[in-house]
Amino acid sequence: MTSTVRDTPLRGVHERLGATMTDFAGWLMPLRYEGETAEHQAVRNSAALFDLSHMGEIAVTGPGAGAALDYAVVGWPSKLAVGGARYTMLCAPDGGILDDLIIYRQADERFLVVANAANTAVVLAELVDRCSADAVVTDETLDTGLISIQGPDAVGRLAALTDVPVDGMRYYSGAYGSVAGRPAWVARTGYTGEDGFEIFCANEDCEPIWDALAVDGLPAAGLAARDTLRLEAGMPLYGNELGPDLTPYEAGLGRVVRLDKPGDFVGRAALAARSAAGPQRVLIGLEVQSRRVPRHGYPVVAGPTPAEATQVGVVTSGGPSPSLGQPIAMAYVTPDAGDGPFYIDVRGRAEAASVTALPFYNRKKA
Amino acid sequence: MSVPAELRYTAEHEWVSIAGETATIGITDFAATSLGDVVYVSLPAVGATVGADDPCGEVESYKSVSELYCPVDGEVTEVNEELNDDPALINAEPYGLGWMFRVRLAPGAAEATGLLTAAEYEELITSAG
Repeated sequence: MTSTVRDTPLRGVHERLGATMTDFAGWLMPLRYEGETAEHQAVRNSAALFDLSHMGEIAVTGPGAGAALDYAVVGWPSKLAVGGARYTMLCAPDGGILDDLIIYRQADERFLVVANAANTAVVLAELVDRCSADAVVTDETLDTGLISIQGPDAVGRLAALTDVPVDGMRYYSGAYGSVAGRPAWVARTGYTGEDGFEIFCANEDCEPIWDALAVDGLPAAGLAARDTLRLEAGMPLYGNELGPDLTPYEAGLGRVVRLDKPGDFVGRAALAARSAAGPQRVLIGLEVQSRRVPRHGYPVVAGPTPAEATQVGVVTSGGPSPSLGQPIAMAYVTPDAGDGPFYIDVRGRAEAASVTALPFYNRKKA
Repeated sequence: MSVPAELRYTAEHEWVSIAGETATIGITDFAATSLGDVVYVSLPAVGATVGADDPCGEVESYKSVSELYCPVDGEVTEVNEELNDDPALINAEPYGLGWMFRVRLAPGAAEATGLLTAAEYEELITSAG
Protein backbone atom coordinates (compact mmCIF):
# COMPACT_ATOMS: atom_id res chain seq x y z
CA MET A 1 0.00 0.00 0.00
CA THR A 2 2.53 2.57 1.11
CA SER A 3 4.69 1.80 -1.92
CA THR A 4 2.28 3.85 -4.03
CA VAL A 5 2.92 7.00 -1.98
CA ARG A 6 5.65 9.19 -3.41
CA ASP A 7 8.29 11.03 -1.44
CA THR A 8 9.21 14.59 -2.34
CA PRO A 9 12.92 15.41 -2.70
CA LEU A 10 12.69 17.00 0.76
CA ARG A 11 11.54 13.92 2.68
CA GLY A 12 14.76 13.85 4.67
CA VAL A 13 14.36 17.49 5.67
CA HIS A 14 10.84 16.88 6.96
CA GLU A 15 12.01 13.91 8.99
CA ARG A 16 14.82 15.97 10.47
CA LEU A 17 12.30 18.63 11.45
CA GLY A 18 10.00 16.06 13.07
CA ALA A 19 7.08 16.80 10.76
CA THR A 20 3.79 14.98 11.04
CA MET A 21 3.39 13.52 7.56
CA THR A 22 0.24 12.72 5.68
CA ASP A 23 -0.70 11.06 2.41
CA PHE A 24 -1.96 13.85 0.18
CA ALA A 25 -2.93 13.06 -3.43
CA GLY A 26 -0.49 10.17 -3.49
CA TRP A 27 2.41 12.09 -1.97
CA LEU A 28 3.80 11.84 1.53
CA MET A 29 3.58 15.49 2.59
CA PRO A 30 4.27 17.45 5.78
CA LEU A 31 0.95 18.24 7.48
CA ARG A 32 2.56 20.28 10.26
CA TYR A 33 5.84 20.75 12.05
CA GLU A 34 5.75 22.55 15.41
CA GLY A 35 2.09 23.51 15.28
CA GLU A 36 -0.42 25.07 12.91
CA THR A 37 -0.94 28.33 14.75
CA ALA A 38 2.74 29.24 14.92
CA GLU A 39 3.26 28.25 11.27
CA HIS A 40 0.27 30.32 10.16
CA GLN A 41 1.39 33.35 12.15
CA ALA A 42 4.95 33.06 10.86
CA VAL A 43 3.65 33.50 7.31
CA ARG A 44 1.46 36.45 8.33
CA ASN A 45 4.13 38.20 10.39
CA SER A 46 7.53 37.14 9.04
CA ALA A 47 7.99 34.19 6.67
CA ALA A 48 7.95 30.41 6.39
CA LEU A 49 9.00 27.73 3.92
CA PHE A 50 6.73 25.22 2.22
CA ASP A 51 7.56 22.07 0.28
CA LEU A 52 5.13 22.00 -2.64
CA SER A 53 6.95 19.44 -4.72
CA HIS A 54 3.75 17.44 -5.07
CA MET A 55 2.31 20.06 -7.44
CA GLY A 56 2.18 19.08 -11.11
CA GLU A 57 4.47 20.83 -13.56
CA ILE A 58 3.58 20.38 -17.21
CA ALA A 59 5.54 22.16 -19.93
CA VAL A 60 3.88 23.18 -23.17
CA THR A 61 6.50 24.12 -25.73
CA GLY A 62 6.91 24.81 -29.43
CA PRO A 63 5.78 27.41 -31.93
CA GLY A 64 2.10 26.52 -31.41
CA ALA A 65 2.22 26.44 -27.60
CA GLY A 66 0.41 29.73 -27.01
CA ALA A 67 -2.38 29.03 -29.46
CA ALA A 68 -2.76 25.49 -28.15
CA LEU A 69 -3.18 26.72 -24.58
CA ASP A 70 -5.65 29.39 -25.69
CA TYR A 71 -7.83 26.52 -26.93
CA ALA A 72 -7.14 24.24 -23.95
CA VAL A 73 -7.83 26.60 -21.02
CA VAL A 74 -10.37 29.36 -20.34
CA GLY A 75 -7.74 32.11 -20.11
CA TRP A 76 -5.63 33.76 -22.78
CA PRO A 77 -2.07 32.50 -22.19
CA SER A 78 -0.74 33.62 -25.59
CA LYS A 79 -1.24 37.21 -24.40
CA LEU A 80 1.25 36.74 -21.57
CA ALA A 81 4.60 38.43 -22.03
CA VAL A 82 7.64 36.30 -21.32
CA GLY A 83 7.98 36.28 -17.53
CA GLY A 84 4.27 36.74 -17.00
CA ALA A 85 1.99 34.48 -14.95
CA ARG A 86 -1.77 34.03 -14.84
CA TYR A 87 -4.28 32.13 -12.72
CA THR A 88 -6.60 30.16 -14.98
CA MET A 89 -8.73 27.04 -15.25
CA LEU A 90 -9.08 23.94 -17.36
CA CYS A 91 -12.74 23.24 -18.01
CA ALA A 92 -14.69 20.37 -19.52
CA PRO A 93 -16.83 20.95 -22.64
CA ASP A 94 -19.83 21.44 -20.29
CA GLY A 95 -17.98 24.22 -18.47
CA GLY A 96 -17.24 22.15 -15.35
CA ILE A 97 -13.88 22.87 -13.73
CA LEU A 98 -11.29 20.11 -14.16
CA ASP A 99 -8.54 22.03 -12.38
CA ASP A 100 -7.35 25.49 -11.51
CA LEU A 101 -3.88 26.33 -12.75
CA ILE A 102 -1.14 28.89 -12.80
CA ILE A 103 0.48 29.29 -16.18
CA TYR A 104 3.90 30.94 -16.46
CA ARG A 105 5.32 32.04 -19.79
CA GLN A 106 8.96 31.10 -19.28
CA ALA A 107 10.10 31.78 -22.85
CA ASP A 108 8.52 32.77 -26.15
CA GLU A 109 7.80 29.13 -26.93
CA ARG A 110 7.65 27.63 -23.43
CA PHE A 111 4.79 27.74 -20.92
CA LEU A 112 4.81 26.04 -17.52
CA VAL A 113 1.40 24.81 -16.38
CA VAL A 114 1.19 24.18 -12.63
CA ALA A 115 -1.61 21.82 -11.64
CA ASN A 116 -2.94 20.47 -8.36
CA ALA A 117 -1.30 17.18 -7.41
CA ALA A 118 -4.61 15.32 -7.39
CA ASN A 119 -5.39 16.55 -10.91
CA THR A 120 -2.01 16.37 -12.62
CA ALA A 121 -2.87 13.19 -14.54
CA VAL A 122 -6.17 14.65 -15.77
CA VAL A 123 -4.57 17.96 -16.77
CA LEU A 124 -1.77 16.15 -18.58
CA ALA A 125 -4.20 13.92 -20.50
CA GLU A 126 -6.42 16.87 -21.44
CA LEU A 127 -3.51 19.02 -22.56
CA VAL A 128 -2.11 16.21 -24.69
CA ASP A 129 -5.56 15.73 -26.18
CA ARG A 130 -6.29 19.42 -26.72
CA CYS A 131 -2.91 20.61 -27.96
CA SER A 132 -2.19 20.57 -31.68
CA ALA A 133 0.83 19.00 -33.36
CA ASP A 134 3.03 22.11 -33.17
CA ALA A 135 2.87 22.14 -29.38
CA VAL A 136 4.67 19.55 -27.24
CA VAL A 137 3.25 18.64 -23.82
CA THR A 138 5.74 17.24 -21.30
CA ASP A 139 5.06 16.16 -17.73
CA GLU A 140 7.99 17.44 -15.66
CA THR A 141 6.39 16.79 -12.27
CA LEU A 142 8.70 14.03 -11.12
CA ASP A 143 11.83 15.97 -12.14
CA THR A 144 10.75 19.23 -10.54
CA GLY A 145 10.86 20.33 -6.93
CA LEU A 146 8.91 23.34 -5.66
CA ILE A 147 9.81 25.36 -2.60
CA SER A 148 7.69 28.30 -1.56
CA ILE A 149 8.76 31.08 0.77
CA GLN A 150 5.80 33.13 1.91
CA GLY A 151 5.40 36.10 4.19
CA PRO A 152 6.40 39.76 4.42
CA ASP A 153 10.05 38.86 5.03
CA ALA A 154 10.22 36.49 2.04
CA VAL A 155 11.54 39.08 -0.41
CA GLY A 156 14.41 40.15 1.83
CA ARG A 157 15.41 36.61 2.69
CA LEU A 158 15.33 35.48 -0.93
CA ALA A 159 17.09 38.58 -2.26
CA ALA A 160 20.16 37.65 -0.24
CA LEU A 161 20.41 34.29 -2.02
CA THR A 162 19.47 34.95 -5.64
CA ASP A 163 20.60 36.86 -8.69
CA VAL A 164 16.96 37.33 -9.71
CA PRO A 165 15.94 40.94 -8.98
CA VAL A 166 13.14 39.83 -6.67
CA ASP A 167 12.79 43.19 -4.98
CA GLY A 168 11.31 44.84 -8.03
CA MET A 169 9.54 41.77 -9.38
CA ARG A 170 5.85 42.27 -10.06
CA TYR A 171 3.30 40.01 -8.33
CA TYR A 172 2.41 37.19 -10.72
CA SER A 173 5.62 37.18 -12.71
CA GLY A 174 8.73 35.02 -12.77
CA ALA A 175 12.29 34.77 -14.04
CA TYR A 176 15.06 32.25 -14.49
CA GLY A 177 18.09 32.69 -12.29
CA SER A 178 19.95 31.00 -9.51
CA VAL A 179 19.05 30.49 -5.86
CA ALA A 180 21.88 29.48 -3.55
CA GLY A 181 23.92 28.85 -6.67
CA ARG A 182 21.40 26.41 -8.16
CA PRO A 183 19.38 27.06 -11.32
CA ALA A 184 15.73 27.86 -10.69
CA TRP A 185 12.58 29.51 -12.00
CA VAL A 186 11.63 32.10 -9.38
CA ALA A 187 8.08 33.45 -9.39
CA ARG A 188 6.29 35.95 -7.18
CA THR A 189 3.23 33.78 -6.61
CA GLY A 190 1.68 31.90 -3.74
CA TYR A 191 -1.41 30.58 -2.06
CA THR A 192 -1.35 32.31 1.30
CA GLY A 193 -2.65 35.84 0.74
CA GLU A 194 0.81 37.10 1.64
CA ASP A 195 3.71 38.30 -0.45
CA GLY A 196 5.99 35.43 -1.38
CA PHE A 197 7.85 33.46 -3.99
CA GLU A 198 7.76 30.01 -5.51
CA ILE A 199 11.04 28.42 -6.54
CA PHE A 200 10.92 25.66 -9.15
CA CYS A 201 14.12 23.65 -9.35
CA ALA A 202 15.56 20.23 -10.12
CA ASN A 203 14.95 17.58 -7.47
CA GLU A 204 18.60 17.40 -6.49
CA ASP A 205 18.74 21.17 -5.91
CA CYS A 206 15.80 21.23 -3.51
CA GLU A 207 17.66 20.42 -0.33
CA PRO A 208 20.54 22.87 -0.89
CA ILE A 209 18.06 25.65 -1.69
CA TRP A 210 15.87 24.77 1.30
CA ASP A 211 18.86 24.67 3.64
CA ALA A 212 20.15 28.02 2.36
CA LEU A 213 16.75 29.63 2.96
CA ALA A 214 16.10 27.91 6.29
CA VAL A 215 18.51 29.98 8.33
CA ASP A 216 18.07 32.42 11.22
CA GLY A 217 15.05 30.58 12.58
CA LEU A 218 12.98 30.60 9.40
CA PRO A 219 10.33 27.97 10.15
CA ALA A 220 8.74 25.43 7.85
CA ALA A 221 4.97 25.34 7.41
CA GLY A 222 2.86 22.35 6.47
CA LEU A 223 -0.29 21.69 4.49
CA ALA A 224 -2.56 22.42 7.47
CA ALA A 225 -1.25 25.99 7.78
CA ARG A 226 -1.35 26.36 4.00
CA ASP A 227 -5.05 25.53 4.17
CA THR A 228 -5.94 28.12 6.84
CA LEU A 229 -3.80 30.73 5.07
CA ARG A 230 -5.55 30.24 1.73
CA LEU A 231 -8.95 30.07 3.45
CA GLU A 232 -8.37 33.45 5.14
CA ALA A 233 -7.26 34.79 1.74
CA GLY A 234 -10.55 33.55 0.23
CA MET A 235 -8.69 31.42 -2.28
CA PRO A 236 -10.53 28.38 -3.63
CA LEU A 237 -9.31 24.82 -3.23
CA TYR A 238 -10.03 22.23 -5.89
CA GLY A 239 -12.32 19.58 -4.45
CA ASN A 240 -13.85 22.12 -2.07
CA GLU A 241 -14.84 25.31 -3.90
CA LEU A 242 -14.00 23.99 -7.37
CA GLY A 243 -15.06 20.80 -9.10
CA PRO A 244 -16.51 19.30 -12.25
CA ASP A 245 -20.08 20.19 -11.25
CA LEU A 246 -19.20 23.87 -10.92
CA THR A 247 -18.15 26.52 -13.41
CA PRO A 248 -15.83 29.44 -12.67
CA TYR A 249 -18.94 31.67 -12.36
CA GLU A 250 -20.22 29.83 -9.27
CA ALA A 251 -16.82 30.31 -7.64
CA GLY A 252 -17.02 34.03 -8.29
CA LEU A 253 -14.13 33.67 -10.72
CA GLY A 254 -15.92 34.40 -13.97
CA ARG A 255 -13.21 36.95 -14.74
CA VAL A 256 -10.80 34.11 -15.56
CA VAL A 257 -13.03 33.05 -18.48
CA ARG A 258 -11.90 35.09 -21.47
CA LEU A 259 -14.99 35.00 -23.65
CA ASP A 260 -13.43 38.00 -25.41
CA LYS A 261 -10.52 35.98 -26.80
CA PRO A 262 -10.66 35.04 -30.48
CA GLY A 263 -11.29 31.49 -31.60
CA ASP A 264 -12.94 28.54 -29.93
CA PHE A 265 -11.83 27.00 -26.66
CA VAL A 266 -12.99 23.96 -24.72
CA GLY A 267 -16.12 24.89 -22.80
CA ARG A 268 -16.78 28.18 -24.60
CA ALA A 269 -20.43 27.60 -25.53
CA ALA A 270 -21.40 26.26 -22.10
CA LEU A 271 -19.52 28.99 -20.28
CA ALA A 272 -21.01 31.74 -22.44
CA ALA A 273 -24.46 30.40 -21.61
CA ARG A 274 -23.67 30.26 -17.90
CA SER A 275 -22.25 33.76 -18.02
CA ALA A 276 -25.53 35.01 -19.50
CA ALA A 277 -27.80 32.99 -17.21
CA GLY A 278 -25.96 33.70 -13.97
CA PRO A 279 -24.50 31.25 -11.50
CA GLN A 280 -26.56 28.44 -10.01
CA ARG A 281 -24.85 28.81 -6.65
CA VAL A 282 -23.02 31.65 -4.95
CA LEU A 283 -19.84 31.37 -2.92
CA ILE A 284 -20.00 33.35 0.32
CA GLY A 285 -17.76 33.89 3.32
CA LEU A 286 -19.13 33.20 6.80
CA GLU A 287 -17.72 34.16 10.15
CA VAL A 288 -18.97 31.96 12.96
CA GLN A 289 -19.85 33.50 16.28
CA SER A 290 -19.21 30.39 18.34
CA ARG A 291 -15.82 28.74 18.56
CA ARG A 292 -17.04 25.43 17.25
CA VAL A 293 -15.37 24.92 13.89
CA PRO A 294 -17.48 24.56 10.74
CA ARG A 295 -16.02 21.96 8.40
CA HIS A 296 -16.36 20.78 4.82
CA GLY A 297 -19.82 19.41 4.14
CA TYR A 298 -21.71 20.98 7.06
CA PRO A 299 -25.15 22.34 6.09
CA VAL A 300 -25.78 26.09 5.91
CA VAL A 301 -29.30 27.03 6.95
CA ALA A 302 -31.15 30.35 6.87
CA GLY A 303 -34.21 31.65 8.66
CA PRO A 304 -35.36 34.07 11.34
CA THR A 305 -34.48 31.53 14.05
CA PRO A 306 -32.54 28.27 13.97
CA ALA A 307 -35.78 26.35 14.50
CA GLU A 308 -37.39 27.95 11.43
CA ALA A 309 -34.29 27.71 9.25
CA THR A 310 -34.10 25.65 6.10
CA GLN A 311 -31.00 24.49 4.29
CA VAL A 312 -29.72 26.93 1.66
CA GLY A 313 -26.23 25.61 1.10
CA VAL A 314 -23.21 23.74 2.32
CA VAL A 315 -19.80 24.58 3.75
CA THR A 316 -17.03 23.93 1.25
CA SER A 317 -14.08 24.88 3.48
CA GLY A 318 -14.02 25.79 7.13
CA GLY A 319 -11.49 26.14 9.85
CA PRO A 320 -10.10 28.21 12.64
CA SER A 321 -8.78 31.61 11.60
CA PRO A 322 -5.73 32.63 13.60
CA SER A 323 -5.90 36.12 12.09
CA LEU A 324 -9.55 36.76 12.92
CA GLY A 325 -9.73 34.71 16.10
CA GLN A 326 -13.06 33.17 15.06
CA PRO A 327 -13.77 30.14 12.89
CA ILE A 328 -14.49 30.99 9.26
CA ALA A 329 -16.00 29.16 6.33
CA MET A 330 -16.67 29.44 2.66
CA ALA A 331 -19.99 28.02 1.52
CA TYR A 332 -22.07 27.64 -1.59
CA VAL A 333 -25.61 28.90 -1.13
CA THR A 334 -28.50 29.25 -3.55
CA PRO A 335 -28.59 32.63 -5.33
CA ASP A 336 -31.89 33.49 -3.59
CA ALA A 337 -30.60 32.66 -0.10
CA GLY A 338 -30.73 36.38 0.72
CA ASP A 339 -28.90 37.98 3.59
CA GLY A 340 -29.72 35.43 6.26
CA PRO A 341 -29.56 35.26 9.17
CA PHE A 342 -27.42 32.23 8.44
CA TYR A 343 -26.51 29.38 10.71
CA ILE A 344 -24.14 26.51 10.20
CA ASP A 345 -25.26 23.13 11.47
CA VAL A 346 -22.17 22.14 13.42
CA ARG A 347 -22.83 18.53 14.31
CA GLY A 348 -26.46 19.00 15.21
CA ARG A 349 -26.30 22.46 16.76
CA ALA A 350 -27.00 25.61 14.75
CA GLU A 351 -24.21 28.14 15.18
CA ALA A 352 -24.93 31.71 14.08
CA ALA A 353 -22.75 32.87 11.20
CA SER A 354 -22.50 36.30 9.63
CA VAL A 355 -21.76 36.91 5.96
CA THR A 356 -18.33 38.46 5.44
CA ALA A 357 -16.90 39.83 2.21
CA LEU A 358 -14.16 37.64 0.79
CA PRO A 359 -11.28 37.60 1.40
CA PHE A 360 -11.44 37.35 5.19
CA TYR A 361 -7.90 38.66 5.40
CA ASN A 362 -6.11 41.35 3.39
CA ARG A 363 -2.39 41.58 3.67
CA LYS A 364 -0.77 44.60 5.19
CA LYS A 365 0.66 46.75 2.45
CA ALA A 366 4.36 47.43 2.82
CA MET B 1 5.97 10.65 23.94
CA SER B 2 5.39 11.28 27.61
CA VAL B 3 3.30 8.74 29.58
CA PRO B 4 3.61 9.55 33.31
CA ALA B 5 3.70 6.39 35.40
CA GLU B 6 1.43 7.71 38.16
CA LEU B 7 -1.58 8.30 35.90
CA ARG B 8 -4.24 5.94 34.52
CA TYR B 9 -5.30 5.95 30.86
CA THR B 10 -8.06 5.03 28.46
CA ALA B 11 -8.09 3.65 24.93
CA GLU B 12 -9.59 7.02 23.89
CA HIS B 13 -6.24 8.62 24.81
CA GLU B 14 -7.37 10.35 27.97
CA TRP B 15 -5.59 10.33 31.29
CA VAL B 16 -7.13 10.13 34.74
CA SER B 17 -5.58 11.10 38.04
CA ILE B 18 -7.50 9.83 41.03
CA ALA B 19 -6.96 11.41 44.46
CA GLY B 20 -9.45 10.34 47.11
CA GLU B 21 -12.94 10.95 45.70
CA THR B 22 -11.76 13.23 42.90
CA ALA B 23 -10.67 12.30 39.42
CA THR B 24 -8.90 14.81 37.17
CA ILE B 25 -9.14 14.17 33.44
CA GLY B 26 -7.28 15.35 30.37
CA ILE B 27 -5.99 14.08 27.04
CA THR B 28 -2.60 12.45 26.64
CA ASP B 29 0.54 13.79 25.04
CA PHE B 30 0.00 11.24 22.27
CA ALA B 31 -3.54 12.55 21.65
CA ALA B 32 -2.44 16.20 21.68
CA THR B 33 0.43 15.48 19.31
CA SER B 34 -1.81 13.50 16.96
CA LEU B 35 -4.45 16.23 16.87
CA GLY B 36 -2.08 19.13 16.35
CA ASP B 37 -2.84 22.51 17.86
CA VAL B 38 -6.08 22.41 19.81
CA VAL B 39 -8.16 25.49 18.98
CA TYR B 40 -11.23 24.93 21.14
CA VAL B 41 -12.43 22.55 23.77
CA SER B 42 -16.01 22.26 24.92
CA LEU B 43 -16.22 20.90 28.44
CA PRO B 44 -19.13 19.48 30.46
CA ALA B 45 -21.03 21.82 32.78
CA VAL B 46 -20.13 21.88 36.45
CA GLY B 47 -22.74 19.78 38.24
CA ALA B 48 -23.37 17.55 35.25
CA THR B 49 -23.56 13.82 35.81
CA VAL B 50 -21.10 12.11 33.54
CA GLY B 51 -20.30 8.51 32.97
CA ALA B 52 -17.98 6.17 31.24
CA ASP B 53 -18.65 5.92 27.52
CA ASP B 54 -20.90 9.01 27.27
CA PRO B 55 -19.36 11.83 25.25
CA CYS B 56 -19.27 14.95 27.43
CA GLY B 57 -17.35 17.42 25.31
CA GLU B 58 -15.42 18.08 22.12
CA VAL B 59 -11.81 18.80 21.27
CA GLU B 60 -11.36 20.83 18.08
CA SER B 61 -8.05 20.99 16.28
CA TYR B 62 -7.23 22.43 12.87
CA LYS B 63 -8.02 19.30 10.94
CA SER B 64 -10.38 17.37 13.14
CA VAL B 65 -12.85 17.28 15.97
CA SER B 66 -12.97 14.49 18.50
CA GLU B 67 -15.33 13.68 21.31
CA LEU B 68 -14.32 13.87 24.89
CA TYR B 69 -15.35 11.08 27.22
CA CYS B 70 -15.49 10.86 30.96
CA PRO B 71 -13.87 7.53 31.76
CA VAL B 72 -15.34 7.38 35.27
CA ASP B 73 -18.87 7.79 36.66
CA GLY B 74 -19.48 10.85 38.76
CA GLU B 75 -20.38 14.52 38.93
CA VAL B 76 -18.37 17.32 37.39
CA THR B 77 -17.04 19.60 40.12
CA GLU B 78 -14.67 21.84 38.22
CA VAL B 79 -13.61 22.61 34.65
CA ASN B 80 -10.40 24.24 33.48
CA GLU B 81 -11.62 27.70 32.49
CA GLU B 82 -8.11 28.67 31.35
CA LEU B 83 -8.61 26.50 28.28
CA ASN B 84 -11.26 28.91 26.99
CA ASP B 85 -8.66 31.59 26.43
CA ASP B 86 -5.70 29.36 25.83
CA PRO B 87 -6.55 25.93 24.40
CA ALA B 88 -2.90 25.62 23.34
CA LEU B 89 -2.18 24.72 26.99
CA ILE B 90 -3.43 21.25 26.04
CA ASN B 91 -0.55 20.88 23.57
CA ALA B 92 2.01 22.58 25.78
CA GLU B 93 1.21 20.75 29.03
CA PRO B 94 -1.29 17.95 28.45
CA TYR B 95 -0.74 16.53 31.96
CA GLY B 96 -0.38 19.87 33.72
CA LEU B 97 -2.03 23.18 32.87
CA GLY B 98 -3.88 21.44 30.06
CA TRP B 99 -6.08 19.38 32.44
CA MET B 100 -9.72 19.51 31.40
CA PHE B 101 -12.18 18.73 34.19
CA ARG B 102 -12.61 17.18 37.64
CA VAL B 103 -15.22 14.70 38.73
CA ARG B 104 -16.40 13.59 42.17
CA LEU B 105 -16.46 9.86 41.82
CA ALA B 106 -19.71 7.99 42.27
CA PRO B 107 -19.43 5.33 45.01
CA GLY B 108 -17.33 2.44 43.74
CA ALA B 109 -16.47 4.20 40.45
CA ALA B 110 -12.71 4.10 40.89
CA GLU B 111 -12.62 0.32 41.11
CA ALA B 112 -15.26 -0.34 38.48
CA THR B 113 -13.56 1.25 35.48
CA GLY B 114 -11.13 -0.74 33.39
CA LEU B 115 -8.49 1.97 33.23
CA LEU B 116 -5.09 1.22 31.75
CA THR B 117 -1.80 1.50 33.56
CA ALA B 118 0.97 3.60 32.06
CA ALA B 119 2.69 0.45 30.78
CA GLU B 120 -0.51 -0.80 29.16
CA TYR B 121 -1.19 2.57 27.55
CA GLU B 122 2.37 2.83 26.29
CA GLU B 123 1.93 -0.54 24.62
CA LEU B 124 -1.33 0.65 23.06
CA ILE B 125 0.19 3.74 21.46
CA THR B 126 3.30 1.89 20.38
CA SER B 127 1.23 -0.66 18.51
CA ALA B 128 -0.99 2.13 17.12
CA GLY B 129 2.01 4.05 15.84
